[in-house]
Amino acid sequence: MQPTRVSFYRAVYELFSSMRFAISLLTVLAIASVIGTVLKQNEPYSNYIIELGPFWFKVFSILGLYDVYHAGWFLLILLFLVLSTGFCIYRQAPLMLRELKSFREHATEVSLRGFSHQAVFSSGAASATVVQRLTGYLTGQGYRFKVGGDMQTLIAAKTGSYNRLGYILTHAAIVIICIGGLVDGNIPLKVQELLGYKKIETRDVPSNRVPAISRLSPANLSFRGSVSIPEGGAADVIYLNVADGYLVQDLPFQIHLKKFRIEHYATGQPKSFESDIVITDRASSKSLEGTVSVNHPIIYRGVAIYQASFGDGGSALTMNGWNLFSPLAKPSPYKAQVSQAFGLSNGAERYTVEVVDFKVFNVQDTGEDEPVAEKKQGFWQNTSRALSSAAAVTSSNKRLHNVGPSYQYKIRDAQGQAKEYHNYMQPLNIESRRYLVSGVRGAPNEAFRYLRLPVDENDGIEGYMRLRAILFDKTQYPEIARRFAAAAMPAASGGGEALRARLAESTVKVLEMFSRGGFGSMAKFIEDSVPKAEQERAAETYLKVLERSVLEAYQVSRVRAGQAPAQADERTMQFVRDSLNAINDSFFYGTPIYLQLTGFDEVMSSGLQLTRSPGKNLVYAGSVLLILGVFVMFYIRERRIWLLVKPGGAGGGGEILFAMSSNRKTLDFENEFNMHKQNLTELLKG
Amino acid sequence: MEAIQGGYQRPSFFRSLSWFDWAYAAALGAGSLYAYKLYGGYMDDYEKGILFLTAVSFTGLGWFWKPMRILLPLVAALSLFGISQYQGELARAGQAFWLKYLFSSQSAIMWMSALFVMATAGYWLGLAARSDFVYRVSAGITWSATAMGLIGLLVRWYESYLIGADVGHIPLSNLYEVFILFSIITALLYLYYEQYYRNRQLGAFVLPVISAAVAFLLWYTFDREAHHIQPLVPALQSYWMKIHVPANFVGYGAFSLAAMIGVAHLLVSKGMLASRLPALEVLDDVMYKAIAIGFAFFTIATILGAMWAAEAWGGYWSWDPKETWALIVWLNYAAWLHMRLVKGLRGPILAWWAVVGLVVTVFAFLGVNMFLSGLHSYGTL
Ligand code: HEM
Repeated sequence: MQPTRVSFYRAVYELFSSMRFAISLLTVLAIASVIGTVLKQNEPYSNYIIELGPFWFKVFSILGLYDVYHAGWFLLILLFLVLSTGFCIYRQAPLMLRELKSFREHATEVSLRGFSHQAVFSSGAASATVVQRLTGYLTGQGYRFKVGGDMQTLIAAKTGSYNRLGYILTHAAIVIICIGGLVDGNIPLKVQELLGYKKIETRDVPSNRVPAISRLSPANLSFRGSVSIPEGGAADVIYLNVADGYLVQDLPFQIHLKKFRIEHYATGQPKSFESDIVITDRASSKSLEGTVSVNHPIIYRGVAIYQASFGDGGSALTMNGWNLFSPLAKPSPYKAQVSQAFGLSNGAERYTVEVVDFKVFNVQDTGEDEPVAEKKQGFWQNTSRALSSAAAVTSSNKRLHNVGPSYQYKIRDAQGQAKEYHNYMQPLNIESRRYLVSGVRGAPNEAFRYLRLPVDENDGIEGYMRLRAILFDKTQYPEIARRFAAAAMPAASGGGEALRARLAESTVKVLEMFSRGGFGSMAKFIEDSVPKAEQERAAETYLKVLERSVLEAYQVSRVRAGQAPAQADERTMQFVRDSLNAINDSFFYGTPIYLQLTGFDEVMSSGLQLTRSPGKNLVYAGSVLLILGVFVMFYIRERRIWLLVKPGGAGGGGEILFAMSSNRKTLDFENEFNMHKQNLTELLKG
Repeated sequence: MEAIQGGYQRPSFFRSLSWFDWAYAAALGAGSLYAYKLYGGYMDDYEKGILFLTAVSFTGLGWFWKPMRILLPLVAALSLFGISQYQGELARAGQAFWLKYLFSSQSAIMWMSALFVMATAGYWLGLAARSDFVYRVSAGITWSATAMGLIGLLVRWYESYLIGADVGHIPLSNLYEVFILFSIITALLYLYYEQYYRNRQLGAFVLPVISAAVAFLLWYTFDREAHHIQPLVPALQSYWMKIHVPANFVGYGAFSLAAMIGVAHLLVSKGMLASRLPALEVLDDVMYKAIAIGFAFFTIATILGAMWAAEAWGGYWSWDPKETWALIVWLNYAAWLHMRLVKGLRGPILAWWAVVGLVVTVFAFLGVNMFLSGLHSYGTL
């Protein structure tokens, strides 16, 4: 029994310390690493379910593919690599050290004659002289040597032996770096989790309600987590993301965020993110002020504090709620705070508004300063432009503009269905006209579709809203229709009263149709009631009637608001057309309410990342060894020379055997061998 | 007898330096001191360190590889001349004669591009005609291309400060700029081996990879207008960029070179062009040397990257796609070196491996930026 056991351990040791095993491990590690770069890591689990479907989600989950680099099997490969390299050192290092010290002065003539690089010379000089010359030569060439033997003299020389240290340095470095990495890894946590000492929290609750089983004490050796603090707020915990939940890490201090700042370049791109913080020690109550910014962390009691992200910390917003389908021209004012919710009703239904985000600054490529003609350029124009001037190295940024504040919110109906909205506070220039825009989408992975509300001559939304109000007020239709009929068929033109009345009547119908469902309901009506051949013409006529009558509606709305009628020019017509499009699009807007942002009081929040990584020093130390080792291995070349001087007969004429070896057979070695051979031939001639 | 021995004495390194070597070192020292005097006030301690380490390493480079003693001062002089032509106004790039046609960064880089393409054609012509003269001309063109590229980068550095004092930064911050660096470094590595092995035929294989980089560069310039100088996002505002990026590109350049030698190796071992190309042992040797230097610098670059990450992202290793692919590249070449050094493997397998290594390297360099998202895609903070 005993012998087989020994040989089993022996076999494992042999396997682990073998090159083949090491290379296989390197390959497996490389392939395993690829997985984590292809599949996005540490996403919310719901994303994976959507992407993969329930079956594969389960399979991937069991394989730990959502956090490959911390999966058990991945750590096992790493562990094998450490063991393998460790065994390899254990096995090789003594040999290497022996090689480093040894001159191999006991080489025999037979073995030297077997070398691939060897030559034989003869010399007429006496042995002692030859030996003296040869040792002189070796010294000149930078070799160290040992002279031995009695009958015949063997000079064993070597240079660059420190090459052997390279092996020890690099491989020890790998082991040290991996150990450092493991110290900072989450193995202790994983073990505690497996044993049931820790449990991942998945509920969305305030940190002080998270139970002890999901908390880590300030004594925790190593952690990496983050927290978001609003301006004026403070935090004494951070959150570590684990699988589909988190753990709460208690800190030995509290961080208070005084102010968060973003600075911008002249072009509007962000230049710096900075947080002014105060750190207050829990034990001593002493505090320390400082500023963290990207690339400039603060390190306090072994915990490094980094600027990682930023967001809104609860800005106060005011807005006007416009009912898009009501005959009322006035908005209702609302107040809200980012990341809070409020209720709202259009009379018929109740909604909840959750304000998600707010941004003061939005830099966009509005394509403004570049004339349209210049935009489409051929390759050669671009080429000559790029070639001709260093205007080439600037310019494109000029098109970037700050388009002002925007905010995002969700509106949830009584059934719990939500749509997400993204509104800008100021009108945007689109195709050289100005609109207040509001984006809507049904799900976070969709793109926003934007509703464009045209602004009036005061750059306000009121003109549109008054027009909208009147168009949803059926009692106004007869008056609008009458005005339109009168304008279309002036009495002077000879059209009869009856004809005008009929025109007014159909105008009322058109308006009713449009207010019921936009262009769609008009199209449907035409499809249902007009013969195919005449549909196109009918559509054109209806559209014209709609536009002209809505122009009248606009004039009525202005007069009612105490304004002068607008000039019936192309600009006004454009406004009318834009308004019609906007009303039409409102039917697809998802909710009947448009929340116009009217004012804000910004409060930012700063996302800080905190880490404690005691393994870092090991990793850095290992790195230094690694670099040293690699250079030593590559650039200190070990070479050995043996010169066996055999005395000749009485009249001299001895023979000299020259042999050379290196642990790296390169061309440099060949060249050096040839050079020595030639030099020695000449040296020994005399 | 003593005289004979003296003749074989390997002279000590410092004794072997000529007055020119010392003058070169003195010029570099004086130059960096002058720069320090002018701009020291704007530098942090690390940047001061980098300035003087640069002077030291360029001194070492020039002593070790003599042509550098001519190239670098020439590039410095011409760049300074170019800069002086600006008189503090960026607009002069399109007006002043020397800037418009030679030394504004865009002109210099276009010259570099054209010269690299010419050199590629030249080396192939040399290979076809077995003409040493054509080879020598091609090498000359390659040297000029390298000089123009370096001038382009240096002048661009200055131009960035003309755009705005807060915009100015070393031109190593985006794909456009590092492609220029890649072309220059690969060319220099090649020129070194050309001289070391007294062998010009390999230019026909190495220069095409530079031309490919140039083609990408031109497409990127004209189609995407990538040549515009952009201000740095906060994550890139660090002295680490000055050392991490160049170290990386010595690695990428050397690996590309090794792969192209690998291609030559495969051709020769199949009997193609065998009479025109160096022997297999030479190709083996160049390939090993290139991978060795590449591996050494790639190791440094990855470690510097980890240290930078520790400062910018809060962790020295985050398994971000770029980091992970750097590790994959590194493991690949570590395995290659083991096969050669420990197993004593030679020949086509290693050549194929070097070629495949380039595919992996290119993915790490370009593919990750294009297909995978992560911390290295500086889209957000
Ligand atoms: C993570 C694992 C490993 C890495 C990254 C690694 C890295 C390296 C590097 C960079 C070299 C230098 C190549 C050169 O001399 O130019 C090397 C050489 C070497 N490695 Fe590894 N190695 C690893 C594991 C192993 C293992 C497990 C063995 C044991 C069989 C091993 C045996 C050797 C040997 C014998 C040499 C050549 C030393 C010499 O001839 O001077 N390596 N290794």
